[in-house]
This record gives sequence, C-alpha cells and structure tokens, in this order.
Amino acid sequence: MQLGMGDPWVLLAYLLSIASALLCIFYGVANWNKGDEPVKPEDVKWASEEKAEVEEVIAPR
Amino acid sequence: MDLFTLIVLLVYLLATGYLGYQGYRQTKTATDYLVAGRNANPVVMALSYGATFISTSAIVGFGGVAANFGMGLLWLTVLNIFVGIFIAFVFLGNPTRRMGHHLDAHTFPELMGKRYNSRFLQIACAVIIFCFMPLYAMAVIIGGAEFIGPIFHISYDAALYVFAFLVAAYVIAGGLKGVMLTDALQGAIMLAGMVILLFVTYSTLGGVTAAHQALTDLGSKVPAPLAAMGHKGWTAMPAFGWAAPGATGPDASRYNLWWIMVSTIVMGVGIGVLAQPQLIVRFMTVKSKQSLNRGVAAGGIFILFMTGVAFVVGALSNVYFAKHEVIACRIVNEQVLLDPGADNKAKLSVVAADASEDVTKRSKSFVAYHLPGETDESPLHYILKTPATVLEHGVNGGPDHIKPGLIAIARSVTAGTTMQGNTDTIIPSYVSSALPKWFGVLFLMTLLSAAMSTLSSQFHTMGTAIGRDVFETISGRHSSRSVLITRLGIVVGIIAAIALGKAVRGNIIALATAIFFGLCATSFLPAFLAGLFWRRMTRSAAIASILVGFLSSACWSLFVNGKTAAGLGLCKALIGRDTLLTSSCSPTWAVVDPLLIALPLSFLTAIIVAFLTKPPSPEYVRYCFGGPKPQ
Repeated sequence: MQLGMGDPWVLLAYLLSIASALLCIFYGVANWNKGDEPVKPEDVKWASEEKAEVEEVIAPR
Repeated sequence: MDLFTLIVLLVYLLATGYLGYQGYRQTKTATDYLVAGRNANPVVMALSYGATFISTSAIVGFGGVAANFGMGLLWLTVLNIFVGIFIAFVFLGNPTRRMGHHLDAHTFPELMGKRYNSRFLQIACAVIIFCFMPLYAMAVIIGGAEFIGPIFHISYDAALYVFAFLVAAYVIAGGLKGVMLTDALQGAIMLAGMVILLFVTYSTLGGVTAAHQALTDLGSKVPAPLAAMGHKGWTAMPAFGWAAPGATGPDASRYNLWWIMVSTIVMGVGIGVLAQPQLIVRFMTVKSKQSLNRGVAAGGIFILFMTGVAFVVGALSNVYFAKHEVIACRIVNEQVLLDPGADNKAKLSVVAADASEDVTKRSKSFVAYHLPGETDESPLHYILKTPATVLEHGVNGGPDHIKPGLIAIARSVTAGTTMQGNTDTIIPSYVSSALPKWFGVLFLMTLLSAAMSTLSSQFHTMGTAIGRDVFETISGRHSSRSVLITRLGIVVGIIAAIALGKAVRGNIIALATAIFFGLCATSFLPAFLAGLFWRRMTRSAAIASILVGFLSSACWSLFVNGKTAAGLGLCKALIGRDTLLTSSCSPTWAVVDPLLIALPLSFLTAIIVAFLTKPPSPEYVRYCFGGPKPQ
C-alpha cells in the first residue's frame, strides 16, 4: 500500500514523520518519572538573575 | 476586514494581554518555576519550545515551497522531530541546562565565552547573531504580512507595517518574559489551527489516499522549468544525480532540485536547529531532565502537526487549485495582457493600449476581477488565463465564477510577481480560497501566535547579543547603559527585519530561514557540541572552528553557490564571472548548499586544532562540568 504516493521515498518520509512523533511519545511516557533532580542554589541564582534581567529590559523603573 | 474578524482579533489580543498580565502578577514565567524549585507543566514547556521553534516561516514559507517542490519536503519534518525534538531534548537539553546554570551563562554567546574562557569567542558569536538574525526575523514577518494583506484588503507594504506593529507592541508590552500561559495559549491555537487545516484539506479532497493519488495524477502538470530541474511530480523525490563536468543546457540542471531540496532545505534547517541560539537558551529555563523527558512527547506531536501538516497541505493545495477551486467574484475584464519583460523574468505589469507589437506578442493573458465586497476603486486581482480556465457569468445578479484550473505556483502568478510566481503567497491563497471564512480568522490567530512567540525570542536574542555579550563584555560591567543598548538592539533588530522585508519579496521566506539556520550550524554546532561533550576541546579549536565554519560558508555563498553568488554580485565584480566554477567543474556544485562544505570543514578544524593545541587547564574543565571555580 503506497497511500497514493508516487515514490516509496516520499511514502517513507510520510511514515517516518509519524514514527518519529510516536518515538517521542513512547520515550516521554517511558521516562515520565525519571530524571528528577534537586534544585541547586546555582539553579535558583541563575533563574533569579534571568528574571531580573528580562524585566529590566522590558520594564524600566 | 469585517466586524467579525475585527472582534475575534481584538478578543485574541485582549486574551493574550490578560494572560500576560496574570502571568506577570502571579509570576508564572518559566524562571519562576525554577526559582520555586518546581517542574513547569511539561505540555506547556513543550508548547512554549515548539511555539518558539515554529513560526510563520515554517507554515507559510516552507508550506509554499512544498506546494512547489512536493511532499519530499516531509524529510524536513522527519529531521524537525527526530533531530529538533528527540536528539535536542534527550541528548543536548540537560547538559546545556547544567553547564549554563553552573557557569551562570544567560545567552548562547555567553555560554560559549565562559565554556572556553574567551571574551573574543563571546563577542564573535554575538556579532554573527546580531548581523544575521534579522534575516530570519524578516522571514517570519513576511510570512505574516503575506497572509494579512489579503485578509485586511491592504497592500503588502501596509500589511508588513501592521504585522510588525502588532508584534512590536506585543514584544514591548512584555512578550519577552516568556509567560507560560501566553505561550501555552499561542501553542494551543497553533495546534488547533493546523489540525483543522489538515482535516478540512483531506476531507475536501476525498480522504488520505484519494488526495495523495489525485496529487500523484497531477504529475503531468509539473511546469517545464521545474521538470528541467528534476521535478518528477509532487509525491515523488526529484531526480538524484550529479551533472558531468562541463555539462550545458538541460544536462547541467537536471539534478538541481534534489540538491536544493535536500542540501539547503532539509539538511540546512533540519540540522541547523541544533545550533539556534534562542532555542539553546530555552533548555536553561527547565528544572531537570525530567521536564525534558516529559516535554519530548508533547514536542514530537506538536512539530508533526506544524511542519508535517504545512508540507502535506502545501503539496495538496495543487489538487485543490487545479480541480476544485471556484472563485466567486465580479469579472471586470476577461482578457487583460500582462507583460513579463523581454527575458520573461520581469515583474508582470499591465500592457498599455499603445504598446508595441513586440510587447503585445510576448505578453500573457489574465482575467481581472474584484472579490465580493470590493468596490470599483479597489485594486484588481489578476489570474492567469489558460485553455483550462472556465469563466461563468452570474445570473439574476449573482456573482460570476472563475474556475482557474491552475496548479499552486501558477495560481500565485499575478501583477507584481514574475512568471515564476511567489511560493510565499500559496498557503495564504489556499486558506482564504479553500476554507470557510471563520477558519481564515483562526488561521490569522495561528500565524500571529506563531510569529509572536518566535519573534519575541529572536528580538530578545538580538538585543542581549549586542547589550550583554558585546557591550558588557567590552566594558566589563552590567550597567543602565548596557540595558539601554539591549533595548536599542531590539529596536534595531525590528527595524532591520522590516526594512529587509520591504526590500525583498517573493520566494524568500524559506531561503532566508535556511540561510540563517545553515549559518548557525556551520559556525556554532561543532564548538557547541564539543563544549558539552568533549573535555579535550580547546579555546583555539573553538575559535578556529567558528571562524572556518562562518568564513567557508560565506565564501561558498559569495563565490560558488549560483543563486547567492549571482545575487550578491561580489564574484562578478572581482573576476567578471557569476561564480568561480569553470567549464571543467560539474555545474551541480552551484546548487550544493554551503552547509555540506562548511560543516565538515568546521568539525575537522575543531578536531585537528584541538589535538594540535595545548589541552585546557584541568581545573577549568572540571569547573565547566560542575566542579568548583578555579582560584
């Protein structure tokens, strides 16, 4: 079945697009609860600075 | 624009503004979650990343290219999902986040500068970004302007200003904050718009297989100039091969389309996404690997429905235009001559009554018409008249009907374009012609969302490149002046993007995007990847790799690539020929993208120079990978 495509390479791209998205879903679901890490002080420092800097640029006091 | 469109547009803008304000008040930006040590909602995180990744350029620009070149462009969707989401989230996201936080780097140039302990590197990356990102921003703005022109019934230039004004107002009012609710709203609207677009298109054309088969059956209608470049139909890959040295005429160009599609569009954008400065910084705003793992699922689906749908619908628009389109209108003139110039490449203009016989002979026939609601004073629309064109005059005061029977690219030919048409207008024409009016309004929201989320990141990246990475690095301190320069950088970026959008129009969105993505890949990718994963990588190797990548890419564009070298004209000015290629070279070299030459060179340079230069100090490398800061 070629799904009406004129070239197997294009059919392959069509199917691989969907397969890649499925791979992402399976990976995401399989690793849903993995990889959690405690927040370090450097993470908080980075985020605070980032927020302050962005606000400084767009919201002058 | 009617009242309904205006009301929906205002409601959308108010909702965006309200969510932005709520987000600001309740401090629900990505960084707030991080400050609080919480995981942001993974769907929202992925939508936010996806909304930044995907812009009007992907939907309007690349969708139009798919209408012209065909569904082979779906290989770009494969790379968008597999490389742009899976590899980026699973392998690059977490090391980037860790290193960025540990080195306290807030921009991509700063990450490079701190990783390699080099102020020069930080400034060089920032200058490349600041100089070339307006090209990408231009592509995004044109994508919006090409769509809202017909909706508002205004000229392209006016549409450009209106769109730029909406986006600038959004950015200045706080769109830079990355408020998650706003991002999520925009991502959700984009998703809804594209899902409906796909569903309506397939159902109009009789289902998935029937629609594809109808497109396959249109193969005989491929225009001769495209067939000469290797186009074999819209559901087939172009002819693949390599022209013999010295080949001329049809033999010289018969593989050009494959190389343009694969080397420039699929690889340039598909790989270039890994080195996009505004996307790399997004990884730093997540809390942990867990957020990235969860985001992969939503990201994959989101991109499939963005570029996948744009490319499928773009290609299928040929079937709609050729077989189904009926334009309800008021025919003003059944036979108007438009002149394509002596070389058939000039912008089409209406032939004057007293034109010479030569001009009349070379001119093409068009039908001139007004759409419902337009007055006699409104600018006329012109559509190519061929033997397949059917004109039906309305009865009892009803509208006239035109059945153009044209494929998408021929449908885009009108006064002001060349006979080659304008791929950038195909998706806007398709949406306004094939879909119900309410969808046109939803699609306008989709494009506004896509453009705003990408442009706000682009302008922020341009501003910080000049303010933080160049000015602060040179002056050595953060001050009110550097904030001012960041703001000026944002304003200059907006103006440059609009000016470029005004200067160049037509078949430019995908090309400009591909040039920028390719340039980022060749300049930054080896140094970025080595910085994350290879402790032996040295500062000199990073600098050499960036310079070799950037310069070889620039030289290839200026002296070898046929389209860019001829367009920029430096080679002709220096040696009197459009390119350096001689008759002993294969003419296919002229369509090989700079990426295929410059990226391997840049990687090789990184590896060779790293081994030839003194290894970096172990203390500093340990610091980059999480160790204590060396004294």
